[in-house]
Amino acid sequence: MLEIWTDYAWPLIWIIFKILLIVIPLLIAVAYLTYAERKVIGSMQLRMGPNVVGPFGLFQPFADGLKLLVKESIIPTGSNRVVFILAPMLTFTLGLVGWAVIPVADGWVLSDINVGILYLFAVSSLGVYGIIMAGWASNSIYPFLGALRSAAQMVSYEVSIGFVIVTVLLAVGSLNMTDIVMAQQKVWFFIPLFPMFVIFLISGLAETNRAPFDLPEAEAELVSGYNVEYSAMSFALFFLGEYANMILISAMTVILFLGGWLPPFDLAFLNWIPGVIWFSLKVSLILFVFLWVRATLPRYRYDQLMRLGWKVFLPFSLFWVVVTAGAIVAFDWYPK
Amino acid sequence: MALFDGTTRSILLLEIIRGMWLTLCYLFKKKVTINYPYEKGPLSPRFRGEHVLRRYPNGEERCIACKLCEAVCPAQAITIEAEPREDGSRRTTRYDIDMTKCIYCGFCQESCPVDAIVEGPNFEFATETREELMYNKEKLLENGDRWESEIAAALTADAPYR
Repeated sequence: MLEIWTDYAWPLIWIIFKILLIVIPLLIAVAYLTYAERKVIGSMQLRMGPNVVGPFGLFQPFADGLKLLVKESIIPTGSNRVVFILAPMLTFTLGLVGWAVIPVADGWVLSDINVGILYLFAVSSLGVYGIIMAGWASNSIYPFLGALRSAAQMVSYEVSIGFVIVTVLLAVGSLNMTDIVMAQQKVWFFIPLFPMFVIFLISGLAETNRAPFDLPEAEAELVSGYNVEYSAMSFALFFLGEYANMILISAMTVILFLGGWLPPFDLAFLNWIPGVIWFSLKVSLILFVFLWVRATLPRYRYDQLMRLGWKVFLPFSLFWVVVTAGAIVAFDWYPK
Repeated sequence: MALFDGTTRSILLLEIIRGMWLTLCYLFKKKVTINYPYEKGPLSPRFRGEHVLRRYPNGEERCIACKLCEAVCPAQAITIEAEPREDGSRRTTRYDIDMTKCIYCGFCQESCPVDAIVEGPNFEFATETREELMYNKEKLLENGDRWESEIAAALTADAPYR
């Protein structure tokens, strides 16, 4: 009896506790990302953004959440009920599941697996399924078109993201996320691999369906894309999933290029600040860039988006993989 | 050369960076929002808001029931009935404005020979029911008493241009 407790039950409780420790701050971050988005875009358009609910409108995300929670969930008659309800859950779950391998500080990671980056890549690719399922199950034209676009877009940009990751892996020599960060102790990878950093950032925008690549929900032609038929909590799950994905992509950028939890300079007082704070600062910076881009750029046309993905990013990232590999071989810069 | 120039521009994302810089500058600019219920924008003296019926300083109502406003009203929102009072002066017995019909063109105040019907500066008279927007003489006179000082000031300010 005691064995069951020590071998199974206690580790289970401990893991659940750790999961909650990741998920709850993440959900709060998602809530405040929506708030930050409205504030930042508002400021850039010389508006105020939400400022009524609570001091500086700080409780606005919770008011929005409560509103969506108490609204009626409408399931269209023509829809496939099971898939229709499953789709937002899938999107939301996949937005959270990726965080299992993200090290937020030295050793602060739920599961430090050796193929962390592959796992992350797989999870972010699975995100398409939630959207396709939503578009198909809605049995309605706009969601279907939105889902098709979204799927095509995510698949296209994953290719160049894959090559970017390959470049980083060439420089690191490991698929483990912690090793990737530790390899950047001398210099963060965004300096030697700057073009790849830019490509990763732009592909990240496309991967998360953010402006200027937010074609799946192009209001002007598709109403709001794959989530047209969704309401109340199922819509909220899509929304949360999308923003969680944004944070996940930012975290990936930080780990691959901005040195994860490492401080910018190896100085004593900078090292004294906990790694998780550096990590969240860097993630916030990337997220700010996401919002900033949204406030600046108009939406791409669909064929331009595909052209950019396949005819510009794919050859360029492939070329850079070859250049990096060549440089590593030529100058004997093999990772230890 | 032009091709080279254009290609460099697009590869280095120069135009996008310039656009991003512009929005970043805007981020730190002063906001233009007026925090409406607490702050309000300036109103012209010619602003055409809620209607009022004015009185003379001695308390006598100005309207002489000439019905010019009723005739000129393009939305036919005004209904007037009149008969002589005991002292022989001609006054309205009924002066109704259907505020749901009114288009706030200001013809009624333009046509009025005695400045009795005026569109005041008040624009916050939303109601919960439709019936409350059917204004009668009593309501209009009450509005006149409430807004007299503002309306008098606006009329004085606008007088030199008429």
